[in-house]
Amino acid sequence: MTLTESPTSAAGATVELVDVVKDYAGHRALTGVTLTVRPGELVALLGPSGCGKTTALRALSGLEQVNGGSILIDGVDVVDVPANKRDIGMVFQSYSLFPHLTSLENVEFGLRMRRVPAAARRARAVEALELVGLENLAGRYAHQLSGGQQQRIALARALVTRPRVLLLDEPLSALDAKVRVQLRDEIRNLQTALGITTLFVTHDQEEALAVADRVAVMRDGNIEQIGTPEELYTTPATPFVAGFVGLSNRMPATLANGRVTLHGETLGVLGTPPPDGPVLAFVRPEDLFLIAGGETGGIPAVVLTTSFLGSLRRTRIRLADDTVVSVQHGVSERPQPGERVRIRLRGSAVSVSAIDG
Amino acid sequence: MSRVPVGAAPGPVARTVILGVVGALFAIPILAMIEFSFRNLAGGYTTAHWAGVFSPTAAVTYAIVFTGLGNSLLLAVVTVVIILVILLPTMILVQLQFPRLRRVLEFVCIVPITVPAIVVVVGLAPVYSVVARLAGSSVWTLAFAYGVTVLPYAYRAIQSNLSAVDVVTLSEAARSLGAGWGSVLWRVILPNLRRGILAAAFITVAVVLGEFTIASLLNRVNLQTALVQVSKSDPFVAVIFSLLALAFAFALLLLIGRLAVDRRIRPSRRDRKAP
Repeated sequence: MTLTESPTSAAGATVELVDVVKDYAGHRALTGVTLTVRPGELVALLGPSGCGKTTALRALSGLEQVNGGSILIDGVDVVDVPANKRDIGMVFQSYSLFPHLTSLENVEFGLRMRRVPAAARRARAVEALELVGLENLAGRYAHQLSGGQQQRIALARALVTRPRVLLLDEPLSALDAKVRVQLRDEIRNLQTALGITTLFVTHDQEEALAVADRVAVMRDGNIEQIGTPEELYTTPATPFVAGFVGLSNRMPATLANGRVTLHGETLGVLGTPPPDGPVLAFVRPEDLFLIAGGETGGIPAVVLTTSFLGSLRRTRIRLADDTVVSVQHGVSERPQPGERVRIRLRGSAVSVSAIDG
Repeated sequence: MSRVPVGAAPGPVARTVILGVVGALFAIPILAMIEFSFRNLAGGYTTAHWAGVFSPTAAVTYAIVFTGLGNSLLLAVVTVVIILVILLPTMILVQLQFPRLRRVLEFVCIVPITVPAIVVVVGLAPVYSVVARLAGSSVWTLAFAYGVTVLPYAYRAIQSNLSAVDVVTLSEAARSLGAGWGSVLWRVILPNLRRGILAAAFITVAVVLGEFTIASLLNRVNLQTALVQVSKSDPFVAVIFSLLALAFAFALLLLIGRLAVDRRIRPSRRDRKAP
């Protein structure tokens, strides 16, 4: 069966959150979130716990009522539509298969609620199970399935009704690392094939960068920056994004006339620069490199530890001003702890923030 | 070093002894009752007492026992209905919508166990003079009092099941799949609370069948008050009926236990009828 021809495929809808506000007992969990998700697009909501990403997802699903703003699906405001009428598929963080039903019956549930006749129901459920590659486990109960299998069934259950929007609330966080990466790629393939508009909540930046068309970084109940993974990584709009997406070294530097100087090197500034003076520069480990033995110049440093990461090696070093930074380099270079090395900066611009406490 | 396992479980000898002592504790009174029911007052043993109970005239002679049994069964059914109609939905609602009230509900439900039945009756007497005016004085009204008496047991049975199932996530999943609240309750929550509900029902039946104090002091006839009354005239028959009541409760336990067998380990069932 080719995925694109599958009757399970749904035309993606446009999802718009406009100035959505949500209060929880005196605490404002969403402070006016505005976000547009294009048809068939996968947008990841990324942020630390408590940033409001799950609340935003639950507001969209109808499981939480909002205190203000509007939520539009294909231009229609659904704020007053109850969760069971919004036609949105959802996969939860905790295992949510109905324990008293088999995998097949779980997948059939949504169709049963829509009063699809038994024969068609069964056929579509089997097809959805084939989509996630688990048709041979149709008769199993949740407690007879592994975590990864349970989340796959949950995905099939969410997709079988051909919802307009798919919401994934940290669906991989309970799984072990290997299954997580595998299922992450499967979700992405399936989503692309079905063309379903998808929101994916995660606190794992690597996950977000790997699966999403665009990533919305959230902080304190609002979106700090939204952009493609590359945009977020290379041109973070704020120090928070720079610090949250990818690894960053925080290095003391001096800002003057829109240029930043650190350890004798002068670079451009990403985003809006703070007032001139001492600042913190966010430098990616791959923008620092070790200088080969013969060369002169560069910033002197002492090796602290080094870790082998398979395709590359990451080494922590201490600079003359006691700043500890990570440097990324090839595995053939093997710096020893205590060794004196020299590093150099690459790249033309960094993200900076004012030093505040 | 000895090779005796250092686990928490007792050794095989200790295990046998414990099992023996506990078994004897249960068996001796029952065996004594059986032995007593065959005794002949003139010495030796006789089946006359048993024959008397099962004789065609027994229904007339021991009418009060059958009335009591009938009343107790009726009370058990009404009490179970009260628990299922009032306590169960309240607990589900609190779990889903008002988690902060969980402690309050627990406290309220545990309170009846701390008040002795005799004290409860003192309070119930004036209440029942009102109940009698409103609902009549038939025996089933006693179920209101029993509903309160069994609260702690029924609450525990349901709550242990409720805490073991993530009803919040399950009902949210069902909602997102298009289920209204009725379907959520009927198709998702109740099937997963089956064991707790059956346990609550059983313990309710057991408590109601064994209740004496309230019925006696409110001058109602139930199984226990009837047995006491019969024992005043014929102790043998009272013991025989007690044995039969025990056997009946035991059979009921087996029956409910069978119903509660986890269906999840059985292979796929046939489709149930859609509503």
